[in-house]
Amino acid sequence: MAARPVVEARGIHKHFGAHHVLKGVDLVLAERELAFVIGPSGSGKSTLLRCLNRLEEPSSGSVVVDGVDMLDPRTDLNHARQRIGMVFQSFNLYPHMTALGNVTLALRKVAGKLREEAEVLGRKALERVGLAEKAGHTPGQLSGGQQQRVAIARAIALEPRVMLFDEPTSSLDPELVGSVLGVMRDLRQSGMAMVVVSHEMGFARNAADRVLFMDYGVIVEEGTPAQIFEAPKQDRTRGFIGQIQKH
Amino acid sequence: MTNWDRFVETFFNAKMMARYLPDILQGTLVTIQIAGLVIVSGLVLGLALALLRSLGFRPLNLLIVFVVDLFRALPPLVIIVFIYFGLPAGGVKNWGFIATWLSLTLVLMAFSEEIFWAGITSIPKGQWEAARSTGLSYGQALMSVVLPQALRLTIPPLTNRTIAITKGTALASVVAVGEILGMASSAVSNSYNPSPLTMAAIVYLILFFPMVVFGRYLETRMAWKR
Repeated sequence: MAARPVVEARGIHKHFGAHHVLKGVDLVLAERELAFVIGPSGSGKSTLLRCLNRLEEPSSGSVVVDGVDMLDPRTDLNHARQRIGMVFQSFNLYPHMTALGNVTLALRKVAGKLREEAEVLGRKALERVGLAEKAGHTPGQLSGGQQQRVAIARAIALEPRVMLFDEPTSSLDPELVGSVLGVMRDLRQSGMAMVVVSHEMGFARNAADRVLFMDYGVIVEEGTPAQIFEAPKQDRTRGFIGQIQKH
Repeated sequence: MTNWDRFVETFFNAKMMARYLPDILQGTLVTIQIAGLVIVSGLVLGLALALLRSLGFRPLNLLIVFVVDLFRALPPLVIIVFIYFGLPAGGVKNWGFIATWLSLTLVLMAFSEEIFWAGITSIPKGQWEAARSTGLSYGQALMSVVLPQALRLTIPPLTNRTIAITKGTALASVVAVGEILGMASSAVSNSYNPSPLTMAAIVYLILFFPMVVFGRYLETRMAWKR
């Protein structure tokens, strides 16, 4: 018997007014799998990701994460979201809290942990991203790479079943990208299921199980990194891969 | 008598000042009472309206915006006079005091609601999204993430506005409240000497100057690096 997928999104459509951003997208993610989503800007990658935890409301389709129907009105969305970690392009750390405060807020408010217990878990999460010694620093005192790692710690502290990465390195200086990708690799090693929207093709080649190429709101082509990068079948995929490899 | 002596005699008349000092001090207490009450009730109501508005019920928001715009548009003195003479006081004690408190509260409520609201809406969407993505409810995200940041942003404009409206306590003299200006005015008419008014000005300075300095202190303390 095949294991239940962690994420099963079917026929996702999303309209922003007259703009049809997602046109029937399917995304099924197995346990321990890393799916890497590429595509030109405006192709709907981020919107797809945001439909998975309902930061964006899909216009139609179904989203099941870890067996929970995310679109069922009876679903406790706040409870379900703990199992779906999300990391944003602009980090979105809370500037008025320390790194530890950022990581422990949801542990205390949502997971219902007492402060001491939350801080133990929070420190453990910061340790996993290599920032245990920065627990007392505020975001303003951290580099971009460190901020993004704290943001990852904030998500993994809740022990999610899947992590969504929305262009996690796009707003980082080049020399800081490596540290974030390193943490993502460690997470991958530990068996975390992940959906990554990014332009880090090197990371995709090394770490992804599957690469999905999106354009104009549909998944044009998907396959292993080797298939997509070395032998794309579709012209559009070939065009996009050719363009990004020129740089 | 030189001009200088005449000037001192008129505006800094020690005898007059000594005679009316107790009145002015009594008025000071009344001013502090009104000001304190107005600051507390005005800011609490303003914040409450801003929080209600953030829920996004359209009919409620239209009502809030209408009320806020109304009290931002009307001169405070008009509101005081209107409430004092317009509402049935029915022999309520200290009606002038209450009318002033009520009026300035409504004005501060209106202005501070706008400031709180501006603060809340100026917090980047990503802060909401990060909080909600970790499972915080709307209310939890508002109280733990958005509001603490918004309040810091609002402190400079809020301090300025609060000082401006609190100075409006002087308007209470119009409806026979014995606050600083009221006491000073009656002292002036009784003594035919403006020295009590000088005293009143000095007391206002003593009261409000520290508030201005405190506001500046909060402004710098509340700043943080992003």
